[in-house]
Amino acid sequence: MNVATLLDSLTVFVLAILLGFEVISKVPATLHTPLMSGTNSIHGIVLVGAIGLAATANNPLAGGLAFVAMAFAGANVVGGYWVTDRMLQMFKRRPTQATDRAAK
Amino acid sequence: MNATNIGYLVQLAFIAGAALFVMGLHLMNSPASARTGNRLSATGMIVAVVAELIQVTQAGVGLVNWAIIIGGLVVGGGLGLRMARTIAMTSMPQLVSLFNAVGGGAAALLALNDFIALDGQRVLAGGSPGLDGWRTLFILADVLIGSVTFTGSLVASAKLMGMIRGQPIVIPLGRIVSWIVVISALSVSIVLILSGAGVVTYDPEILYVLLVAALVCALVFGLLMVLPIGGADMPVVISLLNAFTGTAVSMAGFVVGNVMLIVAGALVGASGAILTRLMATAMNRSIGNILVGGFGAAEGTQTALSGADGTIREVSVDDAAIQLAYASKVIIVPGYGLAVAQAQHGVRELADLLEARGIEVSYAIHPVAGRMPGHMNVLLAEANVPYPQLREMDDINPEFERTDVALIVGANDVTNPAARTDHSSPIYGMPILDVDHARSIIVLKRSMGRGYAGIDNPLYLNPKTGMFFADAKKGLAELITAVKAL
Repeated sequence: MNVATLLDSLTVFVLAILLGFEVISKVPATLHTPLMSGTNSIHGIVLVGAIGLAATANNPLAGGLAFVAMAFAGANVVGGYWVTDRMLQMFKRRPTQATDRAAK
Repeated sequence: MNATNIGYLVQLAFIAGAALFVMGLHLMNSPASARTGNRLSATGMIVAVVAELIQVTQAGVGLVNWAIIIGGLVVGGGLGLRMARTIAMTSMPQLVSLFNAVGGGAAALLALNDFIALDGQRVLAGGSPGLDGWRTLFILADVLIGSVTFTGSLVASAKLMGMIRGQPIVIPLGRIVSWIVVISALSVSIVLILSGAGVVTYDPEILYVLLVAALVCALVFGLLMVLPIGGADMPVVISLLNAFTGTAVSMAGFVVGNVMLIVAGALVGASGAILTRLMATAMNRSIGNILVGGFGAAEGTQTALSGADGTIREVSVDDAAIQLAYASKVIIVPGYGLAVAQAQHGVRELADLLEARGIEVSYAIHPVAGRMPGHMNVLLAEANVPYPQLREMDDINPEFERTDVALIVGANDVTNPAARTDHSSPIYGMPILDVDHARSIIVLKRSMGRGYAGIDNPLYLNPKTGMFFADAKKGLAELITAVKAL
C-alpha cells in the first residue's frame, strides 16, 4: 500500500464519516430501528469484497473462507434490506383497519 | 471495450452505489420517504454487486470459483430472506444483532484471507513483501474489530432470544482475563505490523500462529465484553456493535482497496456512533459504565418506599375507563412490558375508541423504551398506530401539563420522577417522561415490582396516580370493554 493510496483512502474515510454524521443526525427517533437495520444492510457491502475473494480463491482454505464470507454477507444484504422494507411499510400516516389482523 | 475501460466503469458504478447509499439514508429523515430511501439504498447495493461481478468476470473466474460465489450467495441470501420474512417485530433486536455478527464476521474473513494470500505471494517470491506495514495494520484492525463484533453480537443475540440468561453474567476474574486478552491481541498485532513493515523477520509459520492468536483473543474478548451486560442495556450494546461492524467494513475497504467499502463502512460507523451516544444519554450512563456492567447489582443502599410519603391508591377498571373516556387529551406511555405482554394491538384499539369520542391521543416514546433504538415505534407501527401520534420525549414532555390522563403501560424507570429530584437515586439525571405533570395518571402494571434498575418509583405514591394492577394485555381488554359500555 503506497502512501498516496493510503492518503486518498483516509480522505474518503474521514469525509464519509462526517457526511454520515450529518445525514444520520436528521433521522427522527421514530425511525431508529429501521435506520439501524438499513445501515446494517449497507454494511453487507462486504459482499463486494467477498465476491472478489471468491473469484480469486485458489486453494481449499481460501475457498472455504470465501464461501463463508459470501454466505455471511449474502444473509446480511438480502435479509437486511428485506426486513427494513417490511418494517417501513408499517409506518402509515392513517392506517387502514383491514390490515389489523395480528391482534388476536 | 477493453479491460481498462471496464475497470473505470466499475469504479464509476461504485461511486454511484455509494451516492445511492447516502441518498437513501437521507430519505430516512421522514417516515413518508423512508421506504423509498431503503429501496434506493438496495439499488445502490445491486449496482455495486453487479459491477463487481463484471469486474471479476473480466479477469476470468474458474468454475469452482463461480460455485463458491453462487453457492455462498444462495445459502446466505436464502437464510437471510427466511429470517427477514418470518421474524416477529418484537425479535428485531436479535435479528439486527445477528446481521451485525455476520457483517463483522465477513469483514474479518476478508482480512484474514488477504493476509494469507499476500503472505503466500511473499513466500513464493522469496521474501519480497506482498504485505507492508500499513496494510498489515488495516488487516489487523479489521480482524480484531470484526471478530469482537462477531462473538459479541452472537452473545447479544442469544441473550435477546433467551438462549442465554439476560441478566449480567459475572465471569470470575473476567476483568483481568479481558485485560490479558486485550494486551495479548495488541502486542501480537504490533509484532505482525512490524513484520509486515519489514522491521523484524519471522518464519511464515510463526506469523500464521500469531495471526490466529490475535484472532482468538479478539473472539474471546467479544464474549467477555457482552456476557456481563444486562438485557436492559442492550440498546446501547447493539448500537455500539453496529458501529464496530461499520468500522470493520471500512478497514476491509482499506485492505482490499475498495473505496465503496470504506464509504459504506464509515456511514454505518457514524450511524452506530450516533445511536450509541443517544442511547447512553437516554440512560444517563457512560458507555464505559455500561461495558463495565452490573447496573443495580451492587445498589444495596437504596431506601425503600416508606408509607410516610403517601399511600398507593388503586383504581378500578370502571373508574379508569371513566377518567379516560371523559378526558380531552390522553397520552399513552408504553414501555417494554407492553411488548412483552404483546399488548400493542390492545393499546391501539383503546386509542381508537378514545379518538372516536373526540379525545386527542398520542404516544410518548422514551428513547430506551424497547430493546434497541426506536424499537417501540416499530411495535406500535405494526399495531397500525399512525406515526404522527408517535412522539419523541423532548417533543411531548411540555404537553403533559395540558394532559388530562397519562396512561402508563409497562413502563417504569423512564417515568420515575426521582431521576429529576433525588440525588441519591441511581437513575438521577436520566431524562424521563414528565408524566407526573399530567392532571391524573393511570399506571397499568402487573404488580408493585420494580423496574430493571431495581429502584422504587415515587410516582406510584403521587396522589394523582391510580394503580390498575393487571397484566397489560388483559387490563387493556378490560378497559376497552368498560369504555365501550359507557
